[in-house]
Amino acid sequence: MDTADNGTLSIKNLSTHFFTRRGIAAAVDDVTLFIPKKSVVGVVGESGCGKSVTALSVLRLVSRPGRIVSGSVSLGGEDLLAKSPAEMRQIRGSRISMIFQEPMTSLNPVYTAGRQVMEAMMIHGGTGKAEARDRTVEMFRAVGIPEPERRFRAFPHQLSGGLRQRVMIAMAMVCRPSLMIADEPTTALDVTIEAQILHLMKELQETFGTSIMMITHNMGVVAEICDYVYVMYAGKIVEQAGVFELFDDTRHPYTLGLLGSIPRHGSPKGRLLGIPGTVPSLLDLPKGCRFSPRCDRAERYCSEREPEMYEVAPGHKVRCFHCSGGSKGGSP
Amino acid sequence: MSDMNAEETGSAGAGAGEGGTTAGLLAEMLRNSRLAAFSLAVIIFIIAASFAAPLYMPYDPNKPSLSERFAPPSASHWAGCDDLGRDQFTRLVYGARISIMIGLVPTSLSIILGTALGLVSGFAGGRTDFFIMRLADVVLAFPSLLLAMVVSYTLGGGVTSIFAALAFVGWAATARVIRAQTMSLKEKEFVESARSVGVRESVIMLRHILPNCIPNIIVLFTLNIPEAILNESALSFLGVGASPPSASWGLMVYRYKTYLMSYPWLAAAPGAAILIFVLAFNFLGDGVRDTLDPYMKD
Amino acid sequence: MARYILKRVVISVPVLLGVALVLFLLLNVVPGDPITIMMGEHIKPALVESFRARMHLDDPVLVRFVRYITGALRWDFGVSYKLEREVSDLIRESLPHTIKLTVCAALVSWLIGIPAGIVSAVRHNTLADRFFMGFSLLGISLPIFWAGLLMQYVFAFRLQWLPVTGYYSLRYYIMPALVLGWSSAGAIARLTRSNLLETMKHDYIRTARAKGLKETAVVTAHALKNAMLPVVTVMAIQVAGLLGGAVMTESIFGIPGLGRVAVNAIADRDMPLLQGTILFTTGIVIAGNLAADIICAFLDPRIRVE
Repeated sequence: MDTADNGTLSIKNLSTHFFTRRGIAAAVDDVTLFIPKKSVVGVVGESGCGKSVTALSVLRLVSRPGRIVSGSVSLGGEDLLAKSPAEMRQIRGSRISMIFQEPMTSLNPVYTAGRQVMEAMMIHGGTGKAEARDRTVEMFRAVGIPEPERRFRAFPHQLSGGLRQRVMIAMAMVCRPSLMIADEPTTALDVTIEAQILHLMKELQETFGTSIMMITHNMGVVAEICDYVYVMYAGKIVEQAGVFELFDDTRHPYTLGLLGSIPRHGSPKGRLLGIPGTVPSLLDLPKGCRFSPRCDRAERYCSEREPEMYEVAPGHKVRCFHCSGGSKGGSP
Repeated sequence: MSDMNAEETGSAGAGAGEGGTTAGLLAEMLRNSRLAAFSLAVIIFIIAASFAAPLYMPYDPNKPSLSERFAPPSASHWAGCDDLGRDQFTRLVYGARISIMIGLVPTSLSIILGTALGLVSGFAGGRTDFFIMRLADVVLAFPSLLLAMVVSYTLGGGVTSIFAALAFVGWAATARVIRAQTMSLKEKEFVESARSVGVRESVIMLRHILPNCIPNIIVLFTLNIPEAILNESALSFLGVGASPPSASWGLMVYRYKTYLMSYPWLAAAPGAAILIFVLAFNFLGDGVRDTLDPYMKD
Repeated sequence: MARYILKRVVISVPVLLGVALVLFLLLNVVPGDPITIMMGEHIKPALVESFRARMHLDDPVLVRFVRYITGALRWDFGVSYKLEREVSDLIRESLPHTIKLTVCAALVSWLIGIPAGIVSAVRHNTLADRFFMGFSLLGISLPIFWAGLLMQYVFAFRLQWLPVTGYYSLRYYIMPALVLGWSSAGAIARLTRSNLLETMKHDYIRTARAKGLKETAVVTAHALKNAMLPVVTVMAIQVAGLLGGAVMTESIFGIPGLGRVAVNAIADRDMPLLQGTILFTTGIVIAGNLAADIICAFLDPRIRVE
């Protein structure tokens, strides 16, 4: 899968560290990830596993004390880490866009929805005001906002959560990016709205051929929309596979835990009931396999040596000593 | 909170605070902030120096010496001598006691008053809350210096009336902060659970809510001290403050401004003393506030 | 919006009444006889009686308060006991001086404070930040009267660049406005900085950056407009500080404004004059806060558009 070079985004051995007073936290540790053209790739894990920092690293928007320390990020073959700040700004919002978890707070309260979407187009497209306005209204219609002309003039506080997220999506799509990063876009929304938004994203992805990097902790969202999935734990990728393969032939104990905690109907917030314990602090990581303290299959060597990533089936890789044969275990 | 925020603040904020107790946090602040630690040292030094003054000061602060009237600053008289030939540096050192009293007494009064009223206001709600908060609105509407002037006029001047005036001016802001804190604490689970097992309301207020206001109280206390000192010095300068034998720094500036053009050091030195003292308290107060309450910055 | 403004206006009225009541009680009731306070102990009983009658001191407190308030509403604050003139006339004469001084000082504080706060926030934790914040803390910690005296000594007496005291042209207002404005500038700079830093943490700032905006555009177009809302409120609150500080600057620089009239009223134990000037000054402060609320309502669509 990661052999092809004609994909949308390719992240190789990326490490992003936070240099805090109490030490260095490797929020993203040697992550390699590939997003093919016109696909939806999920990055899954609990809060604090580094999935959002990975996304912000792609846009080079990691804020202090965080810094990308090594690796490469390339978009359509261009090295993003080598770009000047000005070139990077040209890419943000036009070739890579991003939507966030909280539609309530992600829009500026003092400007109208329309103005905020237009702004993205005017700084990149070089379009005039009138044209930007027309295309914004058009985009509002495309993302399913009813009465787009009226909503264009609305302030964020006058819109519902679902509508605000549609405005965010319109803002992300208005420049026809080749990649849209969606950071938990539906977590703050009701279950019914969540389904609508996911459906809309899938539809836009097919219409415009935009790739989507879907960041979520919710395996239900993954099943709904993703083609390929990376599972992250404590800054590292622990399993990656096509979505059917991942659900049918789950290898890593952590992924199994995540699958055990898909929210059932009626419980919108996905709590990770399947995994005992909590995510380790990035400043104080366990030795060996980072998941070993919480793993029911951990052996002594799990906390001594760190497992490597290895391929268990074509396009399916796992970082675990126990996962060579079948989902029910095996030996190192 | 979004996932990214959790990650960022989780790792970025990891540097702040280890123990989590108020005292532990303050100790850590003093270790981390050289400025705050230095300011505290200056304050302690000034306080110690002024209270130990009789032990080491060669001069009597009140003994006139006509031969040395308006003596300029020299090796024997560091800040010169005043119109009666009294050593100005000695008077400054003794005067620090008054500034400390002015800093501590009315501030303590206003903090106690404000905390009590804020607690009751936030806890009782309803008409009590309405009445107390409207009174606070009224007090806060006055320019504080003018209100203090009026109160001290009414009480007839002197140190006690200054104390009362500054306390009367200062309680309202404290009451507002403590009320807001009380109202949010009132909704917390630990108060609910205390109530559910039948703990009396007064006990909840004093044992459960008040201790949780202590960080706010410490912050307000440290920030109110310099304000009280400045207000007192202003009142003294305007001639409505403490009266002569107990010469505060503000009063010294007031007395010596007449000689400004000929003997500028007489008015300059006590003002500089006020500035240093207030500056030290403000630096310390900033550190305390940043440590204990990141949301009170304003 | 109209309803919001109306509500603000309606809220201000009881505050102003409360201010008048507290002031009235402090000056007329608390320790006993205002005549004794005003005139001292040894005074002819006949004179005391004539004043008692003139000020209606034998009426019940409430009646006197209502009489005072209704008078004040008709621009009648009584007669100065020392100067034997209408308090309203004295206020009218001194007000322009105070307004001139306060406006100059406010301009100084905004023109210095707001840019200093913005630079400090944008260049957070740099040398520039430290410099401006040190400058601000110095301003806050500075005894205004002392700074005024030092400036007089240096710029008027030693260098002879500026006149020592007086109020005859704008030149006379330079030193008072700088002294008064500096302390206020410190408060405004600190507030602007902390608000801007706080605003920069908001999600919509991240959105603006993800959109590809330049950092200057992120700060000016997206952060500043949000951060300035509370600053506008504090700019109005600073007016209270300036009017309070004007008491000192006016005394030092010989400007016959409201503050100086109030200080003289205290020295002369002239209760009606003191009461009138303080009530009037506090009224200005309340009006200033009201104006700030209304300006904020215009700037903030969450209030403006409902």
